[in-house]
Amino acid sequence: MTDLFSKFDALIAEKAALMATGVRDPIGIVMDEVKSPTEAVIKGKDTILLGTYNYMGMTFDPDVIRAGKEALDSYGSGTNGSRCLNGTFRDHIDAEEALKEFYGTSHAMVFSTGYQANLGFVSTIAGKGDYVILDADSHASIYDGCFLGNAEIVRFRHNSVEDLDKRLGRLPAEAAKLVVLEGVYSMLGDIAPLDKMVAVAKKHGAQVLVDEAHSMGFYGPNGRGVYEAQGLDGEVDFVVGTFSKSVGTVGGFVVSNHPSFEILRLVCRPYVFTASLPPSVVATAATSIRKLMHAHNKRAHLWENVKQLHGGLKALGFRLPTDTPESAIVTVLLDDQDQAVTMWDKMIELGVYVNMARPPATPAGTFLLRCSLCAEHTREQIETVLGRFAEAGRAVGAIA
Amino acid sequence: MTDRAAITEAVAAQIEPFNKKGIALTDATTFQHDLEWDSLTVMDFVAAIEDEFDILITMNMQAEIETIGQLVDAVAKLKSE
Repeated sequence: MTDLFSKFDALIAEKAALMATGVRDPIGIVMDEVKSPTEAVIKGKDTILLGTYNYMGMTFDPDVIRAGKEALDSYGSGTNGSRCLNGTFRDHIDAEEALKEFYGTSHAMVFSTGYQANLGFVSTIAGKGDYVILDADSHASIYDGCFLGNAEIVRFRHNSVEDLDKRLGRLPAEAAKLVVLEGVYSMLGDIAPLDKMVAVAKKHGAQVLVDEAHSMGFYGPNGRGVYEAQGLDGEVDFVVGTFSKSVGTVGGFVVSNHPSFEILRLVCRPYVFTASLPPSVVATAATSIRKLMHAHNKRAHLWENVKQLHGGLKALGFRLPTDTPESAIVTVLLDDQDQAVTMWDKMIELGVYVNMARPPATPAGTFLLRCSLCAEHTREQIETVLGRFAEAGRAVGAIA
Repeated sequence: MTDRAAITEAVAAQIEPFNKKGIALTDATTFQHDLEWDSLTVMDFVAAIEDEFDILITMNMQAEIETIGQLVDAVAKLKSE
């Protein structure tokens, strides 16, 4: 008899060997106290948060908190049901209204998580005989949407317009096609040449979905994302996003102007067969989204922080994937797993939380530490972080 | 040379740059276990094969292809379509 868990034996052994070196568990960090969008207490130590995707620092916004508390008092702690049955309350509709205002679209559909938004949309919209054409570096939720559905799946090389063009050209002209792109790719923090890619997709008669999870609030005149910054408002068929990053709570969504969009509420299984978000969550989301429409100072400060960190790390001699900062994600490339884990551990010890990532989550077999900036980080905090990066980087030999 | 032999030869030529350990190639050689390719290498190799034969091998098809022989058959089928 084979134990079902035996397939994980190699990974269990690898993790045990890593733990035996004395480093802390990379997936076992507990925030005992959270003091602000940029500070928490981990094992009694004050820690600067530099890896939370809390780009716009909305999690402690007084208006957002108040909206959540009021909803909790008036509507209770949860909905107990699907959006299609008893799970649609006033504030679910309000959050969708806020999204329509934010993106200037006629439709918005809120899912319980960002993962489910991609999972549900991609698997439902592309059926048997249809094609999904996705970037090789796409997020797991997009891949899983492909695997859940029945469409034919075609990958193209990351951010390669030529590769996308070639592959679209080999598909049957009459078949329905969905090209899936992301504004910001979350591991290296690079952005996509959406203007060129959307033009190629349209040339081949494909419809386009852009995931703007990592750009909401700080790209383009209205903060809609990289597609807006590149002049593609009205050109992209579907935009998917999340409440768990700039918005500061949890949930996912798709917005669109497609006239038949609302039918998805009836046919999209990850939307139908799950409980809806708690009323306090959608109330905080609606308030946060409307504030993000006018958060021009925060946006400017976020970009200042990005430049300060990227420039500072570069000056220290760290290897960065992009020569100039392209997003609010700043990634430091390291040599191998040992160096990445040791340096990550050292950063925690020094009081800075960043993300560590390794294959298969990362592209091209890279080991990295990833920072995401917040509009609420102060200049002084970034200075402190840079000093700690220098110390940890020298300790592991990542910089001289 | 038969069509199949020609395809096998062309496939072998595309495998060469990725065959770091110099494994001898037969129809039964597997990409994952014999050549020890990771998903990224597979992706690059598939793109090379697609360009070489001007075909498209979807991820759905890739899931069914484990050996060189299976790939050659798949290429032959796609080219004849």
